[in-house]
Amino acid sequence: MTSPTSTAALGQRSGVVERVSKPGGEGEWLEVSMGPQHPSTHGVFRMDVVLDGERVVRLKPVFGYLHRNHEKIAEGTTYLGSMPYTDRLDYFCSMTNNWAYALAVEKLAGLHVPERAEYLRVILAELTRLQNHASLCGFLLQDMGAMGTPLMYAFREREKILDLFEAISGARMMCNFMRFGGCRCDAPPGWLDAARRVVDGFPAFLDEFEALLSENEIIMARTQGVGVLPRELAINAGVTGPMLRASGVNYDIRKVDRYGIYDRFEFKIPLGEHGDTYDRYMIRILEMRESVKILQQALRDIPPGPVMDPKAKLRGLRPKPGEAYARIEAPKGELGFYLISDGGPNPYRYRVRPPSFINLTVLEDMCRGHTVADVVVILGSVDIVLGEVDR
Amino acid sequence: MLGEAILKGLAVTAKNFALSYVSRARLVTIQYPEERQPLPEATRQFPFLVYDGDDPHAGLRCVACQICEKECPPQCIYIVKSKDKKPDHTGKPQFYPAIFDIDLSVCMSCQICVEVCPFDAIKMDTEFELSTTDRFHGLLVHKEQLAKSNAYYHKIHPTEAAAVDARLAAERARADAKAKPAPPTPPQKPAPAPTPA
Repeated sequence: MTSPTSTAALGQRSGVVERVSKPGGEGEWLEVSMGPQHPSTHGVFRMDVVLDGERVVRLKPVFGYLHRNHEKIAEGTTYLGSMPYTDRLDYFCSMTNNWAYALAVEKLAGLHVPERAEYLRVILAELTRLQNHASLCGFLLQDMGAMGTPLMYAFREREKILDLFEAISGARMMCNFMRFGGCRCDAPPGWLDAARRVVDGFPAFLDEFEALLSENEIIMARTQGVGVLPRELAINAGVTGPMLRASGVNYDIRKVDRYGIYDRFEFKIPLGEHGDTYDRYMIRILEMRESVKILQQALRDIPPGPVMDPKAKLRGLRPKPGEAYARIEAPKGELGFYLISDGGPNPYRYRVRPPSFINLTVLEDMCRGHTVADVVVILGSVDIVLGEVDR
Repeated sequence: MLGEAILKGLAVTAKNFALSYVSRARLVTIQYPEERQPLPEATRQFPFLVYDGDDPHAGLRCVACQICEKECPPQCIYIVKSKDKKPDHTGKPQFYPAIFDIDLSVCMSCQICVEVCPFDAIKMDTEFELSTTDRFHGLLVHKEQLAKSNAYYHKIHPTEAAAVDARLAAERARADAKAKPAPPTPPQKPAPAPTPA
């Protein structure tokens, strides 16, 4: 160990690594800046990690590198104009972002969504969940050193779903498909059959993916008992989505709110027991299996009919003064939009409740006491997208 | 047995590798610049302006109403309305855009301009190889480059273009029907273009 020991306050240093004196003990701690260009940080995300040897003592998430002023821009543009911007929040799941925003505006403006559009929304949201969870599992395994292979398997499957998105909305990721009072257009001829083929082939992919790595001894050793999120802490911190359910809390907004037409489908909510990283991985695999069930029911029952509320108009939407909060179960957790209207063409206040931002707040509690290599895995299991965290 | 699951996983990879020599379905990638995937009809990349007939200027459907300019979320469209008028597809004299520029570097391909256009004048192109070496002038696309024929529109979006043509033909028939029964009525007023900003 070198001397003299630095006593600089945390956060005020020039290098990447800073030595910090250990309170009341021999030796010293190292403060390391992980990210924002670290390959495991899933975007431009930085962590200030204080290490005792290889163990994490403190961890401070630092974000904002991708801040794009989303909420303020939305207050200056029309209700319709914000729709394509919501695609760019969580750029893996543009369909669910669209849905949450459309739901909030529909509440505000009192629009009703036709039957067929509701079915289309459910189908697209569940397809989004499939591709988000598939790629998350791939990324998580890649973080543990399974370079490439599982991720490419997941992306192969995701590609089929993105092709469906492109055929219906025109874009693979920035779909901008839902409108206030329905969907922009109906599914093109043959689309529903193509979707059925993809959905029917999905369980085979899940079996293959699970055979690949789910019972792998190395994966189990790296994830079981690592990054445990206790049930009470998860509830107190407002964690939602698969992370909360991995800790054993039965809370899924599809069941709690039954927004849209989710009350018509039969599906189960998988729950974890230990709240560790392995549970968070498995919960996503199980959720994909349940999503396949929802999709099969929705694709079987979808009725013909219009996809837009005839009362809805595209331009010049001016809801009556009031406020609305709408939330949905996005693949990452509870995604909510809070809008205040003052009767003008643009919202007076526009606020996004992003799931991965709030799920990130418990990162320090999950990482404390674990090694640096585990921090990478734990962060991977949170499933963050910085477009949504920073907005 | 320890390591059993590792071997099971490796068997999956080996199976995929071996079968990729016999089954085309397992080869999911293509050699891009030489091989190309057919694009779905709905694909959208960058807007273009539709013109009827052969002359890009005379046939341009855009009447410079500037609705798309106002509605564009990232404000990438710039329009200057003409001083004079030219007849549109129904024969009514209409303004036309003296300048119509779209900033390619700002456009986010959201298609809102297409949805709000009441004249079916702006549509989405499917061309995606839009890179340029000139980042100052190459990224600002002018009216001359934006104008593309209705035949081209039919080529890239056949179903949609057929529906648009049918709608326009119906409009024209309605306009003709209105014009014929009462020819001596006061000379037609130029229809006011939707209010500019």
